[in-house]
Parts: sequence; structure tokens; C-alpha cells
Amino acid sequence: MLLTFIVRRVLWTVPFLIAVSLVSFALIQAPPGDYLTSFAATLAASGDEVDQGRLEALRQRYGLDQPFLVQYWRWISGVLQGDFGISFEWQQPVSNLIWERMGLSVCLALGTLLFTWAVAFPVGIFSAVRKYSIGDYIATTFGFIGLATPNFLIALVLMYIGVVYFGADVSGLFSEEYQNAAWSWGKLLDLLAHLWIPVIILGTSSSASLIRIMRANLLDELHKPYVVTARAKGLSEFTLLMRYPVRLALNPFVSTIGWAFPQLISGAVITAFVLSLPTAGPLLLQALLAQDMYLAGAFILLLCSLTVIGMLVSDILLALIDPRVRYQ
Amino acid sequence: MPDTMQAAWSPGEAEAAPVVLEVQELAVDFPSRRGVFRAVDGVDLVLRAGRTLAVVGESGSGKSVTARAILQILDQPGRIAAGRVLLHRHHTTKGAAASGGAEEVVELSAMPARSAAIRAIRGRDIAMIFQEPMSSLSPVHTIGAQIIEAIRLHDRLGKRAARERAIDLLRQVEIPRPETAVDRYTFEFSGGMRQRAMIAMALACNPSVLIADEPTTALDVTTQAEILDLIRRLQASHGMAVMLITHDMGVVAEMADEVAVMRHGQVVERGGILDVFERPQHDYTRMLLGAVRALDRPSPRRLAMRATKPPGAPILRLDALRKVFPSARRMFRPAAPPVVAVDDVTLDLHAGETLGIVGESGSGKTTLGRCVMGLFQGLGGRIEYVGRDGSRIDLLGMRESALRPLRREIRMVFQDPFASLNPRMTVEQIVGEPMLVNGTHRGAALQRRVAELLDMVGLPDSAMERYPHAFSGGQRQRIGIARAIALEPRVIVADEPTSALDVSLRSQVLDLLLDLQERLGLSFLFISHDIGVIRYFCDRVAVMYRGKVVEIGETEAVCTAPQHAYTRALLSAVPHPDPRHRGMTGRHRYTEGA
Repeated sequence: MLLTFIVRRVLWTVPFLIAVSLVSFALIQAPPGDYLTSFAATLAASGDEVDQGRLEALRQRYGLDQPFLVQYWRWISGVLQGDFGISFEWQQPVSNLIWERMGLSVCLALGTLLFTWAVAFPVGIFSAVRKYSIGDYIATTFGFIGLATPNFLIALVLMYIGVVYFGADVSGLFSEEYQNAAWSWGKLLDLLAHLWIPVIILGTSSSASLIRIMRANLLDELHKPYVVTARAKGLSEFTLLMRYPVRLALNPFVSTIGWAFPQLISGAVITAFVLSLPTAGPLLLQALLAQDMYLAGAFILLLCSLTVIGMLVSDILLALIDPRVRYQ
Repeated sequence: MPDTMQAAWSPGEAEAAPVVLEVQELAVDFPSRRGVFRAVDGVDLVLRAGRTLAVVGESGSGKSVTARAILQILDQPGRIAAGRVLLHRHHTTKGAAASGGAEEVVELSAMPARSAAIRAIRGRDIAMIFQEPMSSLSPVHTIGAQIIEAIRLHDRLGKRAARERAIDLLRQVEIPRPETAVDRYTFEFSGGMRQRAMIAMALACNPSVLIADEPTTALDVTTQAEILDLIRRLQASHGMAVMLITHDMGVVAEMADEVAVMRHGQVVERGGILDVFERPQHDYTRMLLGAVRALDRPSPRRLAMRATKPPGAPILRLDALRKVFPSARRMFRPAAPPVVAVDDVTLDLHAGETLGIVGESGSGKTTLGRCVMGLFQGLGGRIEYVGRDGSRIDLLGMRESALRPLRREIRMVFQDPFASLNPRMTVEQIVGEPMLVNGTHRGAALQRRVAELLDMVGLPDSAMERYPHAFSGGQRQRIGIARAIALEPRVIVADEPTSALDVSLRSQVLDLLLDLQERLGLSFLFISHDIGVIRYFCDRVAVMYRGKVVEIGETEAVCTAPQHAYTRALLSAVPHPDPRHRGMTGRHRYTEGA
């Protein structure tokens, strides 16, 4: 039953991925004009002569005069072979530009997710079980402050404190000597040493909201009859709590994994600017502004794919922890 | 199984059996901001090995709280304020073996609720089963996992041995194919099967005391009969003391050796089963018994009314009415077969008559009522309504606009008096809404009409400004009835209007309905699973089984001389409030084609 469920869900992602790629291509085509019109506009603005013949040649070279579906087909068949096209603005293959940034983004997102869970689970469980205790009030206060404060503001405050009082290097993800160095153990350690600051900044608000979700979910479950049954069996309170209500309270939790991931990546753009992180967000924004369509398209496609895969993962996890899901 | 029942029941020996559990002067408090509420107030109970003590009472009498206090599993913020709970372990088979016959009395009430000592008692010496088999088992663990957990908590057994024992327990509670059932989830089981699994779990460590808190209330009568039989047989083979908590005098008469009647947290009467049933001392016991017995025969009031005012010509005719719920379409799998909820039902409802529809859950009786209310699309057959002017109209062939005036004439009373009233509307708004929507009354006239309606259902004018939460279940049902009669309907579909009410309120609400029938000339389509209520209230009854009407006729004729085998099986399963007639009818389950 579980296996057929997983196979079905995996098969379903294929049409979804196709649809997602179509939509992302349509999205980057949606603004009027193309890269060359904005290129020409930039040239004109700086007073340069715009050579219509050259523009036309470029347009033909990149296939920009072809109908939508033909362009899409050329793009997507390239993507399947790992070729995301050429970035107009950077004049180099998109794949050279995105992988490292996407990798760092995913790294940051995973770190933030782990941090969020490590904080939100125990605190959420505690504040549900000890409802209206001092600890619950403290967690709740922290939660509301975390929810209400924009990430970039926390980033600025942390940066100020870090630089002024500790003289620490808080921006970026690497120290200067590793900035353009090849990957090594030293670089990895350097990354980890820098990573915790954005992880805390990005994780504050999401752990705050997860604490609230966990608390509310668990409060619903704590007084269900099956908890009384388990207590009447003679289970200790802690085992009982973990085995029954917490397990059921996880349900809504797991179903949010799907969108937690892309949200972390796209939501981190402002923070990434403030901290000058070499992640995907800033580059994506720049590419969108310049109508650098293949670069923007690659980012959007990867973000959408991450959403679809995140959903797949959360569906499978949900089926693992809740057998009722498998039978519907 | 009539023989085992008779064998297990011998009131004369009651004093001889050793006392296993004693509750002395127990008091339970629930502190709140507005002061302390004493839910249980000085209760004494004695449970003897191999005997059944029934604790009977209406909602709020403190019977469930007493049971939970014994195991110290009270809901927050409840706490034991006074009294003692004593477990005489040397009188239990397990305790006797462990202590070598030496006296060992454990005071459960002295143990902290979270202590290891009380946890060792829970599930091992005293096990408990609950009312809702649906929600009392975890939905995400297999039946087996939950039973094995209980076994391994108290007995040192390996995983494999525990699994074997779990399978054996499932076999004891007669779950078919226990080897595969052990790996199934609760939602794959019917209510009766879940309650069996629950019992298997309670028996996991051979407890000396079984506390059953309304174990059959959520089940159909035939399933109830099977579960009660099972509890009795397991009690005989394991020698358990059983504390059976129930509100149903029929179940008490069927099961108990001794009875304790509770009201407002106190035991008002206790004694042997025959004494309590035949020589009740307390007024409250007499009232409870009277209310149940009244429901076991026709209402004298209805018979008198029919003598002067016999039912008239048919007002509503169902002709081969059919409702099929199409199968859910599933991806990559064959579609499930469609469900025929109402299968070619043909019946007449006469003017001024009450027609009962009786059946178990899933028989299609509620769907039938909703078809008449026009709540479903895509029906087969005809629903013919005879208008005030004698014209015949097929409700199914009409457009929505033409149906509107007819909808005023067929109204509904719902089962759940708590869920069917909007908590954010005042009683005046609730009762007045249908008149406002249909534009029959407004302003001061509307207010006068609402007051008049409330008076008709026996509620004071002052109820108008209040919200539903200020009323008890019985009063809320009266509000629902006032709303139903607001537009002067001719037909009322009442779907289990009394099943959420305590027995003492049931006959009051039924009498109110009879009163309204006489004054307003109403016809009732009365849906119920309760034969007693049907017998009291209905002129004729239609018995439904799997969407079909298997038998229809005068209520008394159907109840005393049932024609169809299913009706006989259904009637045989109803427990009678008479301990001398327990199990006499020889109950059996009806299987189609048998």
C-alpha cells in the first residue's frame, strides 16, 4: 500500500514538472519586449549608437524571433541536457553561474530548516503541555516578537552588534581568502563559521510561527480520548506524549515542509542583500530586472522544481507517519 | 448464548464473592475561577470478583469521573478531595500468587497520579474501556502495536511472544482472521470491531477489574448485544470484577449483579439488581425506571388521540424512491461500486400520522429523510406531495422556484441539539429566521409570533434574548422544534430528535411532539434507531435494512409479531429493562440470505 502510494506520487510529479517548466518559461516571457530591447534602451540611454542590423542578428542568433513553443522547446531540451542557455548580461553559460549559488542557497535553507525544527519542536511541545506557565509566556512573547520583526531588521541589528562589539566579520558566507578559492576542508569550515548568523536571522520568524503551530496542534490532541486510553494502560506521561499526541500533531507540520523550502530561498532575498550573501536570491532579482531571460528562467525553474520535490517529500513523509493518508 | 448468561448470573452468591476494589467516601473536585465544583460527593462502591456492578445515571451524574478517579486519570484540573480507593490485591488471582496469600491492600488514592506505583496498577490490575471506540484508539498505530504496547508495559515478554499473545487476545474477542487483523489500523475496522479490539487491549494483562465506561452507547443494538455477551463471557472465564457505567436501564437489567444509581455526584440508591428493579426505594430510581418502561409500550396519550382523531388520507407518497451515491473515481485503480443508500422505497405518510423509520446505522434511514427534504439531487422514483387543496405534486419533477412554497410545508428537526443551533444567534433570531427568510412576519409581529411559538414548546418569553448555550439539551431541542413549526408546516421530518437526550427528557420531548401534532395536525416522519421510542411514539413503523424497507405496518403488530427475519433479529437484540427476562429472546444477528 505504501509502495504503490509512493510510486503514484512520484509519477504524478512528472506532469507537474512539465507544467511548472511551461509556466516558468511563460513568466519570463511575460514582460513586454525581450533582453535586446532593454539592451538597446540601455545603450540609447548612455548615448551609444544602436545598430538595428546587429540587434536583428543577435535576435536571430538567440532565436528570439521564433514562436513561443519553439523557443520553449529549444530551451527545455537544452535544460534536460544540463544546458540552461546563455546569460545575456554575463555573456557566459547560465549553468556556470547558478550551481554554486543554488548550492549555497539550499545549504542555507537546510540549515535554517534544521535550526527551526530544533528550536520549535521542544519549545512548542513544552508550551502546549505547560499551557499558561511562565515558560509558555516566555516562549509566546519570544514567538510574537520573532513573528513581528522583519528579518532584515534583525540582520542589521546583529551586524551592528557583531561589528561594533565583537569586531566580527558578519557579512557574506566566506572570509576573503576563501572567496574565490576552490572547495576544500578549510573553505567548508569557513562556510560553517559564517553560516550560523544568517541561519539564526532567517530561522527566528519561522521558528516563532512553528512554535505557535506546534502548540496549537498539540493542544488539540492532548485531550483526545486515545490519550486517556494510553494513560489508562499505564504508560508514563513522557512516553505517552511522544508516542501519541505529538505524533499526531506532527501531521500539519510535515505538510508544510513542501512550501517551507522555496519560501526560505525566495524569502531570503532581502536578508541576502543586507548580509551580501552569495546566494541565489540577489542574482535572480538582478536577472529579472535586466530581462536576462535564460538566467531568470533557470532560477525560477529550479525554485519551482524544489517546490514540487518538497511537496513530494512531505507527501511521502505524511504517508509514513499517518497510515490514513495512504488509503485515500 | 443464553446458557452462559444464565450460568454467570446467580444473585444469591453476591455476598460470598471476595471484595476486590473498594471506593470509600470518594469526593472529586474541579476547581475553577468561579469556585470549586464537586463532581463526585461521598461515593461508596464495592466491586467483587466475578460480579458486575452497574453504575447508572444521567449525564453529569459523576459516574465517569468516579471511574477515572479510581485510576487517577482525571482530566485537569480535577483532583481527589477526600475518600479512599482500595485495591485488595490478595483477592485477585495475580495478587494472591504474588503475595502467597498474605493480605495486601493497596490504597490507590494515596498514590500520586504520575507515580510509577499507580502506573503499574493501570492496565495490569485495573483496565478500562471507553465509550467511543472510534476515537479511543490511536488512528496512526496498528491494532497490534497498541495491544503489544500494553502487554510489554507490564509483562516481560519478547516482541514475538507479545505479538503471539496479541493475536490470541484478538481471537478471544472473536475478531475474524486475527493473524492479519493484528497489522490493521483502527480505521479499517467497524465500530463493533474496534470495541472488540479495545476489549482485547484491556484484557492484555489479565486484569482483576475491568471498568467499562458506556462501552456500547455508540454502537447499534445488535452490535451492543454481541459486545455485552462478549464482556460477560470473558468475565466468567477470567473471573474479573466488572464496573459497568451506563445510562441505559436495559443494559443494566441485562448485565448487572448489583446496581448503584448516581445523581449529582452522589449514590442515591444501591442494591442487588432484583431489589433495585422491583423495589426501588429512591424517587429518582423510580423516575428512571418509569421513563424507560413508559418507552417500552405505546403512549396512552397517543392511543387516546387516535381514538378521537384517526389519521387521514395520504399526504406524502414515496414511490420507488431511489438514491445512489456514485462511486468515488480513483486514479490508476478500478472505481469502487456505487452505494445504493435508498433502494426503491415505497411508502405513504398519512395526514396526522406518525410513521417511524427504524434501522441501524448505514441502513439509509437518514438519507431517506434528507431525500424527502429535497437535500439531494439525482433521485429515482417519485415523491408525491398532496397539497392543502388536494392537488398532487411530484416534488422531484419541479423547478427550484416552484418548490419554495412547498418547502415551508415540510420542515425538519435535527438530532444534535448542540450543533443544529447557531451559537451566535439569539433564540429569537433562530426561531424567527425561517419567517424572516420567507417574509411571513416582520418587526413586532415577528416578535409576537416567536413568543407564541416558544410558549407552544414550553419555554418562557425570557428565552428570546438568550443564546443557545444558556440552555440544556432538552431545552435546545425545544428551540429546534419551535423553529421547525414556525412556518406552520404539515409534515415534519424528525431525524433522531431524542437520541442525544437523557432518558428522563426523551418522553417529555416526545409528549411535546404529540401535543403539537394534536394542536397543529402535523404528520411526522420519525427516524430512530431506538425501538422503545418508536413504540411509544409512532403509529406505524417501516423497518429499513441496507436501503430497503423490509417490513412496514402498525407499530404494535411489527413489535409483537415481526414478519421479517431482520426485524426479529433487531428486536431480539434490544435489552429489556427487566432483569428476569435477560437474554430470554435468544438474540441472533441477521445475515442476508440466511
